[in-house]
Amino acid sequence: MKTSTRKGIAQAVGFLALRAAMGLVLAVLLLFLYDIGKKGGGAISWEFLTEAPRRGMTEGGIFPAIVGTFLVTLITAVLAVPLGMSAAIYLHEYAKQSRLTRLIRLSIRNLSGVPSIVYGLFGVILFVNAMRFGTSILSAGLTLGLMTLPWTVTASEEALKTIPNSYREGAMALGATKWQTIRTNVLPYAIPGMLTGTVLGLARAAGETAPILFTGAAFYLPFLPRSLGDQFMALPYHLYIMATQHHAIQQVRPLAYGTALVLIGLVLGLNMTAVVLRYRLRRKHR
Amino acid sequence: MSSERLPIKFRTENLDFYYGPTRALKNVTIDCYDKKVTAIIGPSGCGKSTFIRTLNRMNDVIAGTRVEGRILLDGQDIYAPDVDVVELRRRVGMVFQKPNPFPKSIYDNIAYGLRINGMRDRKAIEATVEKSLRGAALWEEVKDRLDENAFALSGGQQQRLCIARALAVEPEVILFDEPCSAIDPIATAKVEDLIEHLKTSYTVVIVTHNMQQAARVSDYTAFMMLGELIEFDRTGKVFTAPANKLTEDYITGRFG
Repeated sequence: MKTSTRKGIAQAVGFLALRAAMGLVLAVLLLFLYDIGKKGGGAISWEFLTEAPRRGMTEGGIFPAIVGTFLVTLITAVLAVPLGMSAAIYLHEYAKQSRLTRLIRLSIRNLSGVPSIVYGLFGVILFVNAMRFGTSILSAGLTLGLMTLPWTVTASEEALKTIPNSYREGAMALGATKWQTIRTNVLPYAIPGMLTGTVLGLARAAGETAPILFTGAAFYLPFLPRSLGDQFMALPYHLYIMATQHHAIQQVRPLAYGTALVLIGLVLGLNMTAVVLRYRLRRKHR
Repeated sequence: MSSERLPIKFRTENLDFYYGPTRALKNVTIDCYDKKVTAIIGPSGCGKSTFIRTLNRMNDVIAGTRVEGRILLDGQDIYAPDVDVVELRRRVGMVFQKPNPFPKSIYDNIAYGLRINGMRDRKAIEATVEKSLRGAALWEEVKDRLDENAFALSGGQQQRLCIARALAVEPEVILFDEPCSAIDPIATAKVEDLIEHLKTSYTVVIVTHNMQQAARVSDYTAFMMLGELIEFDRTGKVFTAPANKLTEDYITGRFG
């Protein structure tokens, strides 16, 4: 009786501690969203979303930054999604599990922990200088793509791991080739998970500043980029400038908060897309 | 050992199998006769599953494994370098221990093997699906719900679905790897009836650790222990007058 009371108390205390921890995390997040929403909400208007900045970025909108972020994320996706998924398929389905593949896997995990500024500098050396793409939307997109690759590889491999081996053996026992097995009896069930991880990686890339800082993002541009070789404005970099580098920081503060709100909305939107996508595809296959 | 004049479908000659340095099969020589049921019995870990998985080269996918000796299917070595493993697996179907339907409709589960083998004609696929489900004694139970997900079936029905799926690609041999260990007694009886019926058209090899099952369904029985073939003969002979003391001890329940 006595021990069971003591156990009961220990359990109650434990639950309370876990609940409090979760409440704290949630409170910080909500406070943060509330603060930005309150300060930036006033700046949001149709003009803010559809017009270019005017008068030294003290007036007008952030349209070029929205377009720039959209385009650079698109290039990121074109590089990171097919390459990352293919690498994951190779690693999980084809490669022999040896010391070499363990090393490769370890390297990929480590790459996802490399600070983004390091990717930025690497992008300058590789894309801007060595490959002569210059400071451009292409260089920035490829740099972000490299940064996102480890995430897409890891997420895709995790998704492949969840597919039971009996699907593979069952298909092969019917005379399916390895590729037929993967294409028709593994990938259809793994793709929802692969896409979710990938979109989350892209959302992270869309919010990055450091990798595009030296590779293509511009302080201010009156025009939208017209080719892959042009520089571009991007939401995170624009926010950084408005918050720390502008000559009239106090005056443009509401615009900075408005930009932050749009950026958060964009990332949140992408994350929601991932959730919806997974839900839809899962239902289709169950 | 038996010396009957029956056509031999599968013959293993001095078969050795290694998982890395571990020798899981030792010098196994067995003949599986055409259109007969051969049962492999023995205590857990005796190598019976390893043995049956060498017959359709399913062990190939496990890294670090090695085969020595020969396995002949209709007289041809299935481990010869010019053998098409994909074609071998189509000729030698397999039903696994745990029912493993794919997360597709009942219809698509059966049609899967046809499609990957290049059948495109809708009518032909439809006819084969029905024929296979009838062959697996499942048609009457599922004919009105072919579009339902295969996971909606009971465990026993799922296993018969897997048998139907194997039948659809018209194999010559069907391997059963403890097909009833995950299903209930009534479903087991149905699968056993089915095996009895299948041997009119197919050569069947079945691994089981249920001795009654081996006695009921098989024509020939091989008893294995620790990777070695201890005894192989007509099932009636093995169960009534075993030649080896180990076999006798095992079938009378003295160990295992």
